[in-house]
Amino acid sequence: MQQIFSFIIRNSNRLLFLLLLGIALSLTIQSHSFHRSKIISSANFLSGGVYERINSFEEYLHLKEQNDELARENANLKSLLFKTKDSAEIPNLDSLKGVLPKDIVVSKVIHNSYNVYENYLTLNSGAKSGIKPDMGVINSLGIVGIIDNVSANYSTVISILNIKSKINAKIKHSDHFGTLSWDGKNTGFVQLTDVPRLASIKKGDTIVTGGQSVIFPENIGIGTIDKIFIPSDKNHYYTINVKLFNDMTNLGHVYIIKSENSEEIRNLENQDKKDE
Amino acid sequence: MNSTVLVNIFRFVLLLALQILVFNNMNFEGYVSAFPYILFIILYPVNGNKSSLLVASFFLGLIMDLFCNSGGVHATACVLLAYLRPYFFKFSFGLSYEYQTIRLNDVLTPERFTFILLAVATHHIVLFFLESFQITFFFDVLLRTLLSTVFTILTCIILIYLIKPNKR
Repeated sequence: MQQIFSFIIRNSNRLLFLLLLGIALSLTIQSHSFHRSKIISSANFLSGGVYERINSFEEYLHLKEQNDELARENANLKSLLFKTKDSAEIPNLDSLKGVLPKDIVVSKVIHNSYNVYENYLTLNSGAKSGIKPDMGVINSLGIVGIIDNVSANYSTVISILNIKSKINAKIKHSDHFGTLSWDGKNTGFVQLTDVPRLASIKKGDTIVTGGQSVIFPENIGIGTIDKIFIPSDKNHYYTINVKLFNDMTNLGHVYIIKSENSEEIRNLENQDKKDE
Repeated sequence: MNSTVLVNIFRFVLLLALQILVFNNMNFEGYVSAFPYILFIILYPVNGNKSSLLVASFFLGLIMDLFCNSGGVHATACVLLAYLRPYFFKFSFGLSYEYQTIRLNDVLTPERFTFILLAVATHHIVLFFLESFQITFFFDVLLRTLLSTVFTILTCIILIYLIKPNKR
């Protein structure tokens, strides 16, 4: 017994090191596995509070751009409103089902990262505003990401510039869909993979969110086709470089979509899996 | 003794604040970023308590992870650096380093530079490889590590000169 104690005392530093390294490594590995949210995230009162303070200063530097963006969006919405009166350009109600005005929460990006492979944003609204994990986040130009962790007043978002993010997307005019992911290289571009070779696509075509996703409603803008190529290991599919509408390095206000049906659909799918 | 503890607590807070408020917002081309907060581990007294350094480094890294949404990457790198520190001292200052009075925040000598280089390089290699966690980005990560190491060493040396205590 005494020997054990003396061993522990003699090697206390090494044991402490191994313990701390073990904790840190398990946190690292846990954060890299996809289907679990993080234990350590910036959605908490400490980092959230600090980021909010910093943001309240930085906000002034971007007031003009934010104003311009809002004005542009207003103009867009106005033109939509005028069109609906007589033309056939009525927004497809079917695709907007479940996304009524009350289901959209306005929030502000208080921290934005874009220089690592797994990028996250921090927003200044959380569970108190009714935000839950797996809700979609968009802004006036296009999609931004998916809610990951939520605390009382803050939440983190898996940015589309995150190699773990996978989003269903399609080509606007042809309805061929694929998976949107990021290769970790350029902040202005994401990749649309697994698009069948049958699809007739050309440079400049618009990519929008697909209808298969529970998280995003259909037809939300993502970007335009920049380059098309065929990967050597998947001969029957295109991989497309998509130039984002959004400048992900400069985000201000965002909208969080609370889709009412998402829970129902997900429950249904889980039930199917259980039945099998 | 008491003043050393106070100085270290002060450094801990100041370097973290500096890192989060200033250096986290600086990056060039998305590749180069500086992490001068590890100066806390580098400048910790040579003969100071090793267990408290390990615990302090762990929390230093954990707070960084909290702010960077990076899981436990910084914590791992910092704990490893804190543990390996005596070996780096041995390598760069010779075997009897514990009996000398090493002052890192003084004029830059080759020994001091070797130590800082070893410390920063180790930390950054662990940090960037754990951050990517994939072998596909190997050369990309290597480039990032190299550029960031240079940049961090530069900022560290500048900071050491800035916070150098006045000559008595």
